[in-house]
Amino acid sequence: MSEEVSNITPREPGNVMGPQVGNLALKNGVPTVSEDGRELTTLNLGPTHPATHGIFQNILQMDGEKIVSGTPTIGYIHRAFEKIAERRPLYQITTLTDRMNYCSSPINNMGWHMTVEKLLGIEVPKRAQYIRVIMMELARIADHLICNSILGVDSGAFTGFLYVMQKREEIYEIYEEMCGARLTTNMGRFGGMERDLSNEAIRKTREFIRTFPAVMQEFEKMLNRNRIFIDRTVGVGPVSQEMALQYGFTGPNLRAAGIDYDMRVMSPYSSYEDFDFDIPVGYTGDTYDRYMVRNGEIWESFKIVQQALENLPEGPFHADAPEFYLPPKQEVYRNMEALIYHFKIVMGEIPIPVGEVYHSVEGGNGELGFHLISDGGRSPYRLKMRRPCYIFYQAYPEMCKGVTLSDAIIILSSMNVIAGELDA
Amino acid sequence: MITNQEIADDLLAKFGEATIAGFEEHHGIMSAFVTVDSAKTIIRYLYDHPGFQFKFLTDLAGIHYPDNKGGELGVIYHLHSWTHNHRFMLRIFVPVEAPDVPTISDFHLCANWMEREAYDFFGINFVGHPNLLRILNIEEMDYFPMRKEYPMEDATRQDKIDALFGR
Repeated sequence: MSEEVSNITPREPGNVMGPQVGNLALKNGVPTVSEDGRELTTLNLGPTHPATHGIFQNILQMDGEKIVSGTPTIGYIHRAFEKIAERRPLYQITTLTDRMNYCSSPINNMGWHMTVEKLLGIEVPKRAQYIRVIMMELARIADHLICNSILGVDSGAFTGFLYVMQKREEIYEIYEEMCGARLTTNMGRFGGMERDLSNEAIRKTREFIRTFPAVMQEFEKMLNRNRIFIDRTVGVGPVSQEMALQYGFTGPNLRAAGIDYDMRVMSPYSSYEDFDFDIPVGYTGDTYDRYMVRNGEIWESFKIVQQALENLPEGPFHADAPEFYLPPKQEVYRNMEALIYHFKIVMGEIPIPVGEVYHSVEGGNGELGFHLISDGGRSPYRLKMRRPCYIFYQAYPEMCKGVTLSDAIIILSSMNVIAGELDA
Repeated sequence: MITNQEIADDLLAKFGEATIAGFEEHHGIMSAFVTVDSAKTIIRYLYDHPGFQFKFLTDLAGIHYPDNKGGELGVIYHLHSWTHNHRFMLRIFVPVEAPDVPTISDFHLCANWMEREAYDFFGINFVGHPNLLRILNIEEMDYFPMRKEYPMEDATRQDKIDALFGR
């Protein structure tokens, strides 16, 4: 047996077709041979690959099992939100923001509402701000739970995923109490919330607060010091601080590289300055650090939810902004003014004041910004959404250089690239 | 902390009124209207400036003003200094017949896809960009869909007549 193996003559290097540029033959800027002259394999990862969660295509050049270069193709679920927004009245744009990062749509909704409130100069009551914070932090927990448990699935640990899925379900039930929807929530209105935090919602949130830590501790026990998990993730896809800044990283992926930039602390919105929480940061920005930063953020968000629920102020749950806040239905049937405003809002007949505003919130994946330019019409003149996924996904080929195919999969899932936000 | 006024004074002292047409402030964020040729120099200057430290490119947006003759297409650069937590915008306008803008993707790597997006939707030609191809739309598309001359909805639809709603 061993004699046979030793009889095989090694392949001669350097015998390849194509123009030779430096040491590598290039075709459309993509290398076709490896540095020692072996021919590379082209591999289509995606668009619909079961291990990439969403529709991502990457055309990889492989040297054996090592990735030499990758070319991402995006736009498979592009829905032209920015163009559609130029035709819609403001309240109809909320439903577009749901469909960006659908793992944490309440954050997108609130970010959009706050942008419009900033433009209109609406002061939101403290109670509404606290309810928003509760919803946003629950959404962040749901978002990070999915990302981290999927990372477990991609590295071979399925159990944790189903286990924490149950907790995400409980968060979705709280959403249901608040707005009736689960995934694309359309939660909140300009000026506050559409309804107060109900007793049932408070009960469900308390129940979540009571049961969540035990589940999360077990989940962490399963993965944090797991030998297989650590072998698969430590040192895989590291991002240095310079690289993170250059590629416009924000959110947990940036903090994993060790930069403590968080919109909630840098420019607090919606009363975040009232709460006591920390910003977890990593050291090397590798897959393990991204996982640990998200885990840490889950605990911090959990702390914020607790504090907000305990100190929930009394008072109204929406501002007095009749031109933009839909009146209650009973009023519409009995009261002339309410009927007029209801009609004008629903038909989109209220012009937006001339002006321009940029507002950003800390989304599940980083700085989610809305740049709204209004020329006084009924819909925005231009709405530019800063989608964090779109900006940091361009670093993915760089992060995949030299790793194996299986590592490329877990780098992708640890970055938490959401197709809806990527393509918008 | 730095203020908008400091940045404005510094830029005017350095580049003069020939390159900076004016300033505008919206909700605390100042925008400078600059000439196309100087935009890259100014962004690089703000990037290297030891006091301001505008190292982060938050966003890059294209915009179309059909009535602004000679400068129909615009680019908005949104810079952010994390050292001072201060935002600053630069705006340039180019004619739609020759929308050539120098790329900044050589020192802001994240501008690569942002510029491709602006090209894809507005047709702004970023000179020197390494890979200026359509990114979200299909490659066969032969128009730039975010320009204002393309209506959002199908023009043949009869059920949404603007006149009925006073638009």
